[in-house]
Amino acid sequence: MGGDAMSSDSPSNVAVKIESVAYAYGDRQALCELSLEIFTGEIFCLLGPNGSGKTTLFRLLSTLASLQTGSVSIMENDLSNDAHAIRRLLGVVFQSPSLDRKLTVLENLRHQAAMYGLGNSVTAERIDEATRRLGINDRLYDRVETLSGGLSRRVELAKCMLHNPSILLLDEPSTGLDPAARSDLWSYLRLLQSELGTTVLMTTHLLEEADRCDRVGILHEGNLVAIGEPNTLRAELGSDVVSIQCNGPSAVIDQLQSNWQLAARQLDGMVRLEESVSAALLSDIMQSLSGQVDNISVGRPTLEDVFIHHTGHQFWHDAEVDR
Amino acid sequence: MKNVAVSASSSLARRELIRFFRQPNRVIGAIGTPLVMWLLFGLGLEESFSVSPSGETQDENFLQYYFPGTLVLVLMFTAIFATISVIEDRSEGFLQGVLVSPVPRWSIVLGKVVGGTVIAVLQAVLMLLIAIALPMQWNLVAVLHLFGILVAGAFGLTCLGFVLAWKLDSVHGFHAIMNLLLMPMWLLSGAFFPIPELTAQSSVGQIIIHWLMKLDPLTYVVSLVRQVMYESQQAERFWQPDLGASWFITLLFCAVMFVIACRVARQPA
Repeated sequence: MGGDAMSSDSPSNVAVKIESVAYAYGDRQALCELSLEIFTGEIFCLLGPNGSGKTTLFRLLSTLASLQTGSVSIMENDLSNDAHAIRRLLGVVFQSPSLDRKLTVLENLRHQAAMYGLGNSVTAERIDEATRRLGINDRLYDRVETLSGGLSRRVELAKCMLHNPSILLLDEPSTGLDPAARSDLWSYLRLLQSELGTTVLMTTHLLEEADRCDRVGILHEGNLVAIGEPNTLRAELGSDVVSIQCNGPSAVIDQLQSNWQLAARQLDGMVRLEESVSAALLSDIMQSLSGQVDNISVGRPTLEDVFIHHTGHQFWHDAEVDR
Repeated sequence: MKNVAVSASSSLARRELIRFFRQPNRVIGAIGTPLVMWLLFGLGLEESFSVSPSGETQDENFLQYYFPGTLVLVLMFTAIFATISVIEDRSEGFLQGVLVSPVPRWSIVLGKVVGGTVIAVLQAVLMLLIAIALPMQWNLVAVLHLFGILVAGAFGLTCLGFVLAWKLDSVHGFHAIMNLLLMPMWLLSGAFFPIPELTAQSSVGQIIIHWLMKLDPLTYVVSLVRQVMYESQQAERFWQPDLGASWFITLLFCAVMFVIACRVARQPA
């Protein structure tokens, strides 16, 4: 699903349109004039570390918080004026499960159906369909408090899909899931995409999860710093990222610049080089810097590299970069 | 497709009941405390209390006087504890799922409040079985009348509990409110001691107490229960609203609290 190709498509292909949305908690600006389009039928991921504004955006889109400035339209419904219509279109999966732990799986699902006004026969049909699809049809009479984290997440997904939403919003869906459960979750999301054409919008701080999406928007301090398909974003960085662990990184950066005209930068005591480096050049560098270098690693750019490239920050903490 | 507001309200109310009966400690807590208080205070103060429900001074005991107040206390405890679940629902994540659904907020309030009311009335009816031992004129009209009062009282109190719970972020905060607002409200309702009538000789303290008690909406609920249970008027030196006025204020209390609860529920939880 090509992001660039789709951006020129007609507006009806836009499921969610976010325009100049800003949001502040008192003096702290959580979102800064954010604009973004999510296309119908794609799996889109908002990637960002804690405090990047993704949860605020999730709360706005899920109608839990009111817009302060800017506008959002979801399937051509305006969020400020028509939140009620939007709620019917959304399935929302929260990071902390919205299940009643004292109730059984079936009771939880029936309750959800009642919240969307589904009739008895439709409810029975949808519960059967969703629980079969998610492999929890043998746990209907178990109380949620007795289920594992992975199973609870499946019940949560079944619950949110009962009313056949056009858009599924997921906040950090892999949190607390083991690798097998994560894999199941992805199989299910792809199934929804292919069979029902559901648009999926998720937030995550997990790079590997973002890598699996059709398109990624990278958030940093309330700004959208990059957007596109994971492969396209990585390709913008060149074919390699070289990380050099050394004593005196400033001196190494100077040498790389003067000897090989390579623009490197320092990040957390490491020297980073986002360029294609041939094996011969690498060997040359290693020989010249042999006394100063502890370790050199070369790899394909990851989304973390994309984040570092656009923000000058490590993904996992907010260390300032000394260029 | 069913009406969302109706189906959501009834589902939320049903859920309150299921949760209540799956937590037996709640059943014991809501009825146990008032029962123990009734027995201890009733028996302990029997000798020193001189006002009977009928205005006589000798024949009837404090256990009898105190019973309508105990019944209202059961209502209050159950209604309030039922709405504490709003705080739990928020911290456990359940509430957010409700808030993103296309259910009108008044319907969410109604569901929670009806659930709480049913639980409170069930508990009060259980407590009422004890009253069979008390010397009262039992007839069907009185029982149905009493049932109506219990429903109205529980509804108003559950709405009040909802308003408080929506604003609070912890159960600890709720306990503070319970001690500072709800217990004084109950104590001033005429449940525990009668409302002094004002005379030229009334002290400032009595004037204050008289007005505080008159302004307390629970006074009218307790007064209704007392009048229906004992079919008598209180002694002249004590003030008691008549049946019609008590019903009017009780229903007004329910309506006002429900409107406030709906308005409060429109704010972010």
